[in-house]
Amino acid sequence: MRRINNPQELEKIREEILTRRDPNKPCITICSGTGCHAYGCEKVAEAFRAEIRKRGLEESMDIRTTGCHGFCERGPVVVINPEKIFYQRVTPEDAGEIISETLLKNSTIDRLLYTHPQTGEKIVREDDVPFYQGQMRVIFGNNGKIDPTKIEDYIAIGGYSALAKVLTEFSPEEVIDTIKRSALRGRGGGGFPAGVKWESCRNARGDKHYVICNADEGDPGAYMDRSLLEGNPHSVLEGMIIGAYAIGSDEGYIYVRNEYPLAVRNVGIAIDQLRDCGLLGENILGTGLDFEIKVNRGGGAFVCGESTALMASLEGQAGEPRAKHIHTVESGLWDKPTNLNNVETWANVPLIISRGVKWYTSIGTETSKGTKIFSLVGKVNNTGLVEVPMGITIREIVHDIGGGIPGNGELKAVQTGGPSGGCIPESLIDIPVDFDKLTEVGSMMGSGGMIVMDDRTCMVDIAKYFLNFLKDESCGKCTTCRDGTRRMYEIVDGITRGEGRAGDIELLEELSWVVSEASLCALGQTAPNPVLSTIRYFRDEYEAHIKDKRCPAGVCKALITYLIDQEKCTACGRCKRVCPSEAITGEKKVPHKIDPEKCIRCGACIAECKFDAIEVV
Amino acid sequence: MITFTIDGYEVQAEAGQNVLEVALDKGFDIPHLCYHEALKPYGACRLCVAEVTSGKRTRLTTSCNYPVIEGISVQTSTEKVIRARKMVIELLLARCPDAPIVKDLAREYSVGRPRFTADNDDCILCGLCERVCREVVGPDAITFLGRGSSRKVGPPLEINPKTCIACGACVYICPTDCIKLKENEKERTIVRWGRTLPMKTCVVCGRSFAPWFQLEYFRKITEGIPKDFWDKCLDCR
Repeated sequence: MRRINNPQELEKIREEILTRRDPNKPCITICSGTGCHAYGCEKVAEAFRAEIRKRGLEESMDIRTTGCHGFCERGPVVVINPEKIFYQRVTPEDAGEIISETLLKNSTIDRLLYTHPQTGEKIVREDDVPFYQGQMRVIFGNNGKIDPTKIEDYIAIGGYSALAKVLTEFSPEEVIDTIKRSALRGRGGGGFPAGVKWESCRNARGDKHYVICNADEGDPGAYMDRSLLEGNPHSVLEGMIIGAYAIGSDEGYIYVRNEYPLAVRNVGIAIDQLRDCGLLGENILGTGLDFEIKVNRGGGAFVCGESTALMASLEGQAGEPRAKHIHTVESGLWDKPTNLNNVETWANVPLIISRGVKWYTSIGTETSKGTKIFSLVGKVNNTGLVEVPMGITIREIVHDIGGGIPGNGELKAVQTGGPSGGCIPESLIDIPVDFDKLTEVGSMMGSGGMIVMDDRTCMVDIAKYFLNFLKDESCGKCTTCRDGTRRMYEIVDGITRGEGRAGDIELLEELSWVVSEASLCALGQTAPNPVLSTIRYFRDEYEAHIKDKRCPAGVCKALITYLIDQEKCTACGRCKRVCPSEAITGEKKVPHKIDPEKCIRCGACIAECKFDAIEVV
Repeated sequence: MITFTIDGYEVQAEAGQNVLEVALDKGFDIPHLCYHEALKPYGACRLCVAEVTSGKRTRLTTSCNYPVIEGISVQTSTEKVIRARKMVIELLLARCPDAPIVKDLAREYSVGRPRFTADNDDCILCGLCERVCREVVGPDAITFLGRGSSRKVGPPLEINPKTCIACGACVYICPTDCIKLKENEKERTIVRWGRTLPMKTCVVCGRSFAPWFQLEYFRKITEGIPKDFWDKCLDCR
C-alpha cells in the first residue's frame, strides 16, 4: 500500500478500498486460526482456490483466510458471506459441493450445518449458532472479517481511524483521561486500571519511555492472546501506537513466545505494512509522532509473563522477576519508565476511542467494564474462544455458550485464572464474572483461561497438575516459591498415591500462607491458589484420599480398582483384546475378571465395553 | 537523611540504602543468607522478611531489597515474620540437612526435624557466588542454570568455565561451604566448577602463589601498576 501522509489520506484510502469492494459479492471465509490449522484448514483453503480456478470463478467470488472464529471445537470453520452461512467440520472434499450448491445455487448443505444439540434443528447462519448467540464479540468478532495479513482489510472495517482521531483531536492527556474514564482494567490478570498506569508512566521522569505488549501467554489451555495476535494484529498495534502517543514513547516492544509462530509471523507482516505506509516510524500520519515497534521472541518460560521478568528477558538477561518497590512505570526496561499492557488490553484501546467511553462503560459491571475473552476448554461441548460482557455468569458461559458437559457428566467446578487461579465449585456458578467477584471466591480473572471440570475430575489431581506446572515454571529464585511449591507438590502427590497422612491438609495450608506471603513475584504469591481453592471447596475429597484411601472421582490410579460386574458381562472378549497389560482373563461364555495386580487402570476396557459392565471402585 | 523506625526505634539512613543494611548497622538482628554488604541485594533466601508499614499498608517483605523510605515503620520480629522465617528455615533444612549454617538457624528458631522428605543438597541457591564473581571480581564464570525445582548454579552449559580465574571468591563467600578449593605447588582446583589452573611461582622467592591465568587477568584489567607486580607473590611485592 502507498504511504499515508495525513488523516485525510487515510480516509481517502478507506473509501477507495470500500468502493472497490462489493459488499454483496459472495466471499468464502475460511478460519485459519491455530485450532483450524490443526484440523487442516490450509488444505480446505487450497481446495477452494483450486475449485474456483478450475471453474473460472475468480471474478464472481472472493476467498479470504481469516483469523480464529472462536468455535475451535467445530473446525475447520467456513463462513459464506454475505449471508453468513456457517459450515463446520469442512473437509477439502466439500469445497466443490459448497461452491456449486451454496454459492452458485443458493442452497445450503445440511450435512455441514451446525445441529442444535437440544432441538436437533439445523442452523444456517453463524449468528444463530447458540455458541455465538450469548457472546458479545466486539473485539474478537473482527477476526472473522479480515485477513490478518492484509492491512486493507483492517482499514476497510475502520482500522486506524481511532489513531487518526487521537492524533488530530486529542492531546496525550485527553487520551489518558479517556482511558481512565473508560475504567479499562488490565486483561493480563492483575486488573490494574490501564489509564492510571499510563498516567504514572507519562508523568515519570526520564529521557525515554517504553511501551510493551505482553504476549507471553503461558497458562495451560489458554490461547486468547495468541488468537488475537494471529487473527487481528493491527488492532493490537493500533492500541500500542495510541498508547505511545499518550505516554510519550517512541519505542515499543512486543514480547511474544516463539511457540506462537503464526502470531510472530502475522504481527511481523503487520509491522512491515505499517512502516511501508507511514503508520509506524517517523512522523506518523504527518502529525510529528515518531514510534517504532520491535518484536522480541520469548523462549517460553511461564515466568516471563511477569512484567519485571519479561523486561529482564528483553534486556538479554535471564527471565527473573525483581522487586517492584519502585514500579516499572518509573523504572522498567533498561531502568526507563515503561508501560506494559497485555495483548487484549491494547486491543481494547482503539475500540474505546472509536465508540466512546459512554458506550464502553455501558458494558460490564460496576467495577469491571467491557468484555473479556475466555478460552473455554475442558469438559465442555463447545470448546473455543468466547468473548462475553463482564458480569455474565459462569452458568451462561458453560451451559448456554459452551453447550454444557459432554456425555452424561455433571458440572463439578470451573477453574479460572490459569495456574495462579482457583477452582470455583458448581454451587457458585451464578456469580457474575468480573475481576473482583472471582477474587472474592478464591480464584481470579487471570488472562482468561476457563477450564470446565465434570464429576469425573478429581480435585486433588487437579491441584497436583497445577503444582507440577508451577514447581517447574517457578524461576527458582525465592526459597519459598521454589522449594515451597515443590514440597506442596510432593505432599499432594503423596495424597493421590494413597500415602496421605493426617495433618497433610494443615501443612499444605501452612505452606500456602508462607509461599504467598513471602515470595517475590505474583507467580509465587498466587501459586498456592489451586491448592487453597480446592481445599476450600472440596476438602471432603482430600479427606477421602487421606483417611479412606479412596478417590471419589475414580481418577487417582493408586486408589482405584477396576471390577467386572459378573451379571452384566456377556463374555464378549472385547475388553480382553484391548487390555495392554493382559490383566483380563476369561473364556467364552464365562464372565471375565480383572487381575488388580496386573491392571494399570488405563481405562481402555471401560471405553471398549458395550455393556457398561466395568466399574471403578 | 531519611528517618524511619525499626521495631519502634527511630533510625536515620542515606537515600539509596536498604532496610536490612541499616538494621544490621544499628544492631538489629535479622537473619540473612543471600545478602552481603559488598553485593547488590538479591532477595532469594527470603529469611530477612520483615513487616513494613508504608502509609496505610502493612506487608511482609524482604528487608534486603526494600529501599529506605521516609516515615516507614519496620517490624523485625512479629508473629507473621517469625512464622514465615521458620518455614523458610524448615524448607532450607529439608534441602540441606547437613549445612551447619542452616542447622544453627534451625536451633535458634526452634525448628525441629523438617516435615518434608530430606534432600542431600549442599547448596541453598543464595547466589552469592554468582554475584561475587560477576559484580566484584568480574569474570562472570558461573551462572544460574535451569529453573524451578531443577535450578542450580554452575558454569554455563556445565562445561569447564573458560573465564574462571580460580580466585576463590566464591569459595570464600559461600555460606554453606559447598564450594571447595584444592591446591598444591603445581595447580589449584575449584572442585565444584571443575576448574583446574596451573600455579605461578614468584620471580623473587620462587614460591608457588597464584594461578597463572588469574594473574594474567589482573594484569589485563589493572592499569598504572608496574608490569612485574603480578609476577611477585604477596610477600615480595
